[in-house]
Amino acid sequence: MTQSNGNSKNKLHGIWALTNRELKKWYKAPAVFILTLIQPIIWLGLLGNALNLGSLVGGSSIQFPAELAQQFTPSQLSALQKFFDGLGPQILQGAFGTTSYISFMAVGMIAFTALFTTMFSGMSVVWDRRLGFLNKVLSTPVSRSVIILSKVFSATLRSMFQASIILLIAIPLGFKVGLAFTPLSILGVYAFLFLICVGLSSLFIAINIRSTRIETPMAVMNLLNLPLTFASSAFFPIDRMPGWLQAVANANPLSYTINGMRQLLINDTIDYSALALQYAYVGVFAAVLTTIGIVLSWRYLNK
Amino acid sequence: MSEDVIKVEGLTKIFNHSLKAVDHISFTVKQGEIFGFLGPNGAGKTTTINMLITILKPTEGKATILGSDIAHQSNEVRSSIGLVPQEYTADDDLTGYENILLCADLYGIPRGTSKKRAMELLQLVELTEFKDKKVQTYSGGMRRRLELACGLINRPKVLFLDEPTLGLDVQTRAATWNYIKTLKKEFGMTLFMTTHYLEEADSLCDRIAIIDHGKIVVIGTPTELKDSLGGDIITLSIQKDTDITPLIKKIVHVKEAKKDNGSYMIKSESGEVTAPLIIEALRKENHVVTRLSLTKPTLNEVYLEYTGKSMRDAADENKESGMAQRMMMRRAH
Repeated sequence: MTQSNGNSKNKLHGIWALTNRELKKWYKAPAVFILTLIQPIIWLGLLGNALNLGSLVGGSSIQFPAELAQQFTPSQLSALQKFFDGLGPQILQGAFGTTSYISFMAVGMIAFTALFTTMFSGMSVVWDRRLGFLNKVLSTPVSRSVIILSKVFSATLRSMFQASIILLIAIPLGFKVGLAFTPLSILGVYAFLFLICVGLSSLFIAINIRSTRIETPMAVMNLLNLPLTFASSAFFPIDRMPGWLQAVANANPLSYTINGMRQLLINDTIDYSALALQYAYVGVFAAVLTTIGIVLSWRYLNK
Repeated sequence: MSEDVIKVEGLTKIFNHSLKAVDHISFTVKQGEIFGFLGPNGAGKTTTINMLITILKPTEGKATILGSDIAHQSNEVRSSIGLVPQEYTADDDLTGYENILLCADLYGIPRGTSKKRAMELLQLVELTEFKDKKVQTYSGGMRRRLELACGLINRPKVLFLDEPTLGLDVQTRAATWNYIKTLKKEFGMTLFMTTHYLEEADSLCDRIAIIDHGKIVVIGTPTELKDSLGGDIITLSIQKDTDITPLIKKIVHVKEAKKDNGSYMIKSESGEVTAPLIIEALRKENHVVTRLSLTKPTLNEVYLEYTGKSMRDAADENKESGMAQRMMMRRAH
């Protein structure tokens, strides 16, 4: 009977159709699309300058007090001046792994944007339920896991697109790649992004899948999003955090993603064993949460 | 050929271990029938339809659609049914055409076939000239027609319509039903529908089931249901104050006669034939009829007879969780 209807037997049919539906809602609605482009510019321009930790220690802003200066000869003084001027970049290099805070920050921003994009796509499950679209889809032979996977993929593709925009915008703002950067690193960054987005959107979909109202998951996600962002290496290096916060940040998959991406993009040397660990950690996070997401979709979409 | 397309036996759904939304219902729907499912809000209509379209698992009982079990062969069921939901599920940001193609993809229909079918269906529901407009520009009637087209993309053998004319004006409702009738003729489908518009159910449905408190209270053709009320009602008054009920009861077709506050209430089959007979008989006995009215029962009366006249709260239609509080007495039947 299914054959005579011309229907396919492919288990994954409909996955591109549903993914594309989500993407179309984004790129076919000009206002939404332009906002997603402007958002990273604002974030980078605003946060990158307002939080420019580099300016605190960098630059030749150090003026010796007159009584202190009297104790040195002019040549001694200029040597000291040179020493202190060099101190800033050294501190930056030590803390951030680069002398350019905007570069450090831009990579954090990529992860931050991924977090937000996946969070909002998780909420679309609730809308689909409320608008009756979910029931409609559930009455078709589409596999239940395809419904979830399509959400995951669309969020991932959107995040990857936005990450590219952030990097492009960061260049005129002073983004500098590290010495270890090769074109291949870009692929490595996308691999990281793919894994973290798959993991995060599975997490947010799992939170939303039972909800018929938007308020509860909103509250849960607002609760999650601040610690996920700030207890990570997104804007501040972990080893400068207090011990208890370090423990949280060191378990946060976002930290592994960000550190890995920084190694690939802005660091001068790559620690390959650390990089392998970072991929493994984010990979396991993605695999575990996708599995949970699919298991929950089977449970709650088949009541 | 009157093969049973939908067979339901003892179907039951209990929510949270206590709330019986659907309570051991059984019925069959025959090939090519339009089967109407009526009932107050929260009576179990949506729960039943959701079980039949495989998005809710029954707690007990069994149902098959074209021989496939809804619980164990859900993919077979899903491929052979179509759904026109209560809500407008088409995506506002996509065009009508894109929406139909999306539905086609959900059934795994190859692109070549689905493009051809989409164009045919758009033609059928007269949306061809709007096919490349975003759905947000559509009117309510146009959206309804688009939902219809989407529900038909997989050439379903059984089409489920959940309140297909809800919220439409009279003209659009009539037009929508014309489309549905045309489509039914075109594809020879079996239709299972719920509606609150009883006159529509009366004129369209081959058979009707009325469900209340999770149980089917009556099932039959519209005519059978109306006849089950005991036929037409003739009300008359006479000048003199003598009891004429024995006289009336002797007349053919009269089933029941009651004196009620100076007027007489007479139940009879084919009232338009009986009324002149009554007048004739009374004249022979020198009674003067001062007033006479004849009421034919409509589905409204049938509905109220079986479900009672009390209002139901409409809030929990989807969850039907309001049921527990509604322990109101149905009129004894």
